[in-house]
Amino acid sequence: MLSKRVIACLDVRDGHLAKSVKFVDTKNIGDPVEKAKEYYLGGLDELVFYDITASSERRGIMLEVVEAVADQVFIPLSVGGGIRSVADATDLRLAGAEKINVNSAAIRRPDLIDECAMSIGNQNVVLSMDVLKSAPSSSLPSGYEIVIDGGRTRTGKDALAWAHEGEKRGAGELVVNSIDADGTKAGYEIFLTSMISNSVRIPVIASGGAGTPEHLSEVFSEGRADAALVASMLHYGEYTISEIKSHLNANGHQVRV
Amino acid sequence: MGSNAYLCKDVASLTKAQRIIFPGVGAADSAMVSLKKTGLDKALMEAYRQGTPILGICLGMQISLSSSEEGATVTLNMIPGSVCRFSFNKPDLKIPHMGWNTLKVIKDHPILENTDGEYFYFVHSYYPRLDSNVHAYGQTTYETDFISALGQGNFFGTQFHPEKSAEAGLRLIGNFLSWDGKC
Repeated sequence: MLSKRVIACLDVRDGHLAKSVKFVDTKNIGDPVEKAKEYYLGGLDELVFYDITASSERRGIMLEVVEAVADQVFIPLSVGGGIRSVADATDLRLAGAEKINVNSAAIRRPDLIDECAMSIGNQNVVLSMDVLKSAPSSSLPSGYEIVIDGGRTRTGKDALAWAHEGEKRGAGELVVNSIDADGTKAGYEIFLTSMISNSVRIPVIASGGAGTPEHLSEVFSEGRADAALVASMLHYGEYTISEIKSHLNANGHQVRV
Repeated sequence: MGSNAYLCKDVASLTKAQRIIFPGVGAADSAMVSLKKTGLDKALMEAYRQGTPILGICLGMQISLSSSEEGATVTLNMIPGSVCRFSFNKPDLKIPHMGWNTLKVIKDHPILENTDGEYFYFVHSYYPRLDSNVHAYGQTTYETDFISALGQGNFFGTQFHPEKSAEAGLRLIGNFLSWDGKC
């Protein structure tokens, strides 16, 4: 049986690990390569790097990080942040990334999803969406809006409609990141996750708000998520991957142990 | 892992290889087109006839079969069988089949030594359907049972990605590196 995936998300800025809380006040918390190796050996299922490097001239650093990680870590590796073209995606793939995540650039130019899917295969293109709760309206029927630029810019795009469009354009997977829940450690946005997961046929990765193993259990059962992203609960050593997985296992979720 | 690996882009470099790992990603059609353009399709078949151990991964395994439902491309035709798309009536079953799933060894093979029951990483929307069980070595379940490891002579193929499958995957690759191409 297919198992539920536990994915660690590492924010990388200028080649260093950072963990953002509500996307502001990022704290430097270590070396991404060492952390990736530690999690791999600890039984992690997949890794996501988000490059939050501000200046484009320092982006080459990310390729070096990806190469170093791919050399020592033999689980799927996904990279996002600043991917604006097939060329960007190809550079990361050649450096050793399995999947590439597109976000803001795909909102600005949705054809980016189609182009990447065509060139590196649907299954390797992840559409990452940052979602903010809002009042339901005729333009936002789901009551959730897509925001970009790390949560700073509202787009007026409905989250559910965007999920459908992304699937149609060739995304192989969706990351649904709740800006409201991000960094709170109060649990994933269950309603949002299940709404999207129930209406697409591609896998959905829940993101934002994980603080305890119970939160993962909840988002797998009630949230209908196929995978869950975790960050600070791992980065600060509050839980180990095996603690999270034993909890999931005890609660009837199939996990790789 | 104690072996020297290099990337083959032309016939000359493929001909020199003592073992071949034939990975693949994307669609069968475009893969066959680029293999034909470079002449690597013929070189690969020649290596197969010469007895060079070959490990096909994902699409590299799929295009070793005799036909594909995915496009109408001629495949390499090493093993009689076809490739079909997952099709479920249940809307909550996601396609692609993506993530970690278990391998059940149904027939012993040197490459599958110490891998029974292990988790491997899968990502695919198409799966192999063999004409004969003779070529089936491993099975996985995603709503339906499908063959996830198959072989014929010096060719062995996996639907999953051993290169992304942690320790179990490395073990399988290690088995391949010490395999003499016989089973």
